[in-house]
Amino acid sequence: MHITKRKEMPIGQAIAIRLGAIVVALVVCGVLTACLTGLNPVDVYAAMLKGAFGSPRKIWVLLQEIAILLCVSLALTPAFRMKFWNLGGEGQVLMGGLASAACMLLLGDKLPGPALIAVMFVTSLAAGAVWAFIPAMFKARWNTNETLFTLMMNYVATQIVAFYTIRWESPKGSGKIGVINQASHAGWLPQVGPSKYLLNILLVAILTVLVYVYLKYTKQGYEISVVGESVNTARYAGIKVERVILRTLLVSGAICGFAGFLLVGGTDHTITTTIAGGRGFTAVMVSWLAGFNPAVMVFGSFLLAFMDAGAGEISTAFMLNHSFGDILTGIILFFIIGCEFFVNYKVRFESKREVAEGV
Amino acid sequence: MKVFDKMVMSRRSVVTLGLAGGAALSLAACGGSSTSAESSDAAATADSSEGATIEGIKAGLICLHDEQSTYDKNFIDAFKSACENLGIESEIKTNIPEGQECYDAACELVDDGCNIIFADSFGHEDFMISAAEENPEVQFCHATGVKAHTSNLPNFHNAFASIYEGRYLAGIAAGMKIKEMIEAGDIKENEAKMGYVGAYPYAEVKSGYTSFYLGAKSVVPSVTMDVTFTNSWYDETAEKEGANKLIDDKCVLISQHADSMGAPTACENANIPNVSYNGSTVAACPKTFIVSSRIDWAPYYEYAVGCVQNGEAIDVDWVGTLSTGSVLLTELNDAAAAKGTAEAIETAKSQLEDGTLHVFDTSTFTVKKKELTSYKADVDFDEKYEPDTEVISDGYFHESENRSAPYFDIDIDGITILGQKK
Repeated sequence: MHITKRKEMPIGQAIAIRLGAIVVALVVCGVLTACLTGLNPVDVYAAMLKGAFGSPRKIWVLLQEIAILLCVSLALTPAFRMKFWNLGGEGQVLMGGLASAACMLLLGDKLPGPALIAVMFVTSLAAGAVWAFIPAMFKARWNTNETLFTLMMNYVATQIVAFYTIRWESPKGSGKIGVINQASHAGWLPQVGPSKYLLNILLVAILTVLVYVYLKYTKQGYEISVVGESVNTARYAGIKVERVILRTLLVSGAICGFAGFLLVGGTDHTITTTIAGGRGFTAVMVSWLAGFNPAVMVFGSFLLAFMDAGAGEISTAFMLNHSFGDILTGIILFFIIGCEFFVNYKVRFESKREVAEGV
Repeated sequence: MKVFDKMVMSRRSVVTLGLAGGAALSLAACGGSSTSAESSDAAATADSSEGATIEGIKAGLICLHDEQSTYDKNFIDAFKSACENLGIESEIKTNIPEGQECYDAACELVDDGCNIIFADSFGHEDFMISAAEENPEVQFCHATGVKAHTSNLPNFHNAFASIYEGRYLAGIAAGMKIKEMIEAGDIKENEAKMGYVGAYPYAEVKSGYTSFYLGAKSVVPSVTMDVTFTNSWYDETAEKEGANKLIDDKCVLISQHADSMGAPTACENANIPNVSYNGSTVAACPKTFIVSSRIDWAPYYEYAVGCVQNGEAIDVDWVGTLSTGSVLLTELNDAAAAKGTAEAIETAKSQLEDGTLHVFDTSTFTVKKKELTSYKADVDFDEKYEPDTEVISDGYFHESENRSAPYFDIDIDGITILGQKK
């Protein structure tokens, strides 16, 4: 068996391999479902589809989930293109959300609505940016390991949110903040159009275009790519690498903070330690699978949000444990990630005779 | 006005009937051979389909976790059995976090045709209120919540049970066990210290462990208790560690108000008797499990669904009691319980039911060495957390009478909260 690196696969073939992987994954999941639960796999897949698209509300919820996951993925991407492994999305979203919640709680009755939302927006972006800037500074100055540093910052952020949750809890002793300004709606993002999720979705759609343009067509975006290719080349070309690292992480953290702002101001109107919901990590996969291309990330976000909605529906419809849906999601992701191997490498099986004949 | 309304109503129903009849006739006409029997059949189905909207009730339940959590399992089991008894359709959503997901889940249940929706976790309340505001035709019932009586929403309701009575009875079982230990010479009277693993320093938990303590104290007057909090409703490691810490501190019996198997398991490993919660843990703890108190939610579910069926209003605050069958004790485990426990519990239970015994009788405990004669509790929810309601009269603290969720949050003498400055 020979494994060789491919140069460049035609796009049609690459897509065919990926679709094939999904089909194989669905077959494996189907066999597993039939063996373990005795259910008809087709029914299970139908339930997954119903869970994601079954009603207009479900579609809105799905789009909202896609939007937030995409937002965090977009946030991580500039750092990733620079080969700065920002695993701190979770913490940066939390800090952004905390800043929004703090503004709503402390300034809710002091500022008029639009001003309050403006303050929430600015502080959330700043809080997320600071949370990414700290590890970036250590990396730029002392070349510390950013993977571990950003990861650890997540736990610090979680504990800070836990601290303020207890401080602002309502009612006392319950360990919950509850919906903030439920009566006055101060600091709640306005509803646009038919769904309360539409505004979030539109904002992230705009953001996607902005990030795409920033990375592809601006000088700063180009600098990021050069630093990512080779730090030495960047230095030789006169790029101030430290500055690029700091600047890029400010952008990365600020977009995470923006995701926190959307979650707290737009949908949940509360802050909990779990509000980021692991998206900081899921987004790593979305960004990576898309080859750091913002346009492709829309599909990755869709796939993951769809599977999550489907998994939830399976547990409701068949009274299966939620973990079963997660198992199916895991299998499907395994195949999708695994197929990248076949996109990047060529595998040839040769019999001895062929080798002897010099085929 | 009312009479007029009724007249309009009856007129409308006449019109509906007329339409239904017309539809039946035209259906029958389409059938070609329109015999009288057929048309009356069709009319009958039209009638019963109107009945079916009353009969066709669907109930939804939103759970924070799934059956892995003893707390959620207790709700799910009750919900399933209630729906089965009533013969109604049902739908359960599990693993719904206390965030916007709860609102989405509630609205999806509305989309799926539920007329009444229950939620089981405290943090679901605000999101249930949001859903209730937007869906006035659907009833929303939230267990353990505190805001129904001040929210002015006719379709949002709270429910709880007088579980403090159940905990008091479980406390008697604990007291009997400690009394047995003292009589056997295993411990001295001044070593009678119990331990309690609580979730949050919240009124629901405080009311629970105080009633448990008072139950034990009614048997062993010298008993004291240490309390530790995990700051989570479900954290197996923290609960286990909390129980181990209490055992190291020479607590001779442990109880808990948190939802994992952490504390019972720690007790079984250390061979320390345990009074459990949410349901029997005897299978995992055959040597040490004494008894468990729990809330049976089935009576509430049947009551609330019954109200919807009959078009009646559901109580804003509903409190299940020993007599409604909402507050239960599991079977005693004879391997661990002291002799005479069953009789002692039975006596106290009948006294609680006929009103001769009150759990929070102010003559049975002191606060800072003084008997309480007056206490204002924070019953009405507002941003200020200011005490607003006098709750002591006739010599006892009136728990769960001004709203369903407990509001007894007093630190009484004999109970030490670990890690808290005195």
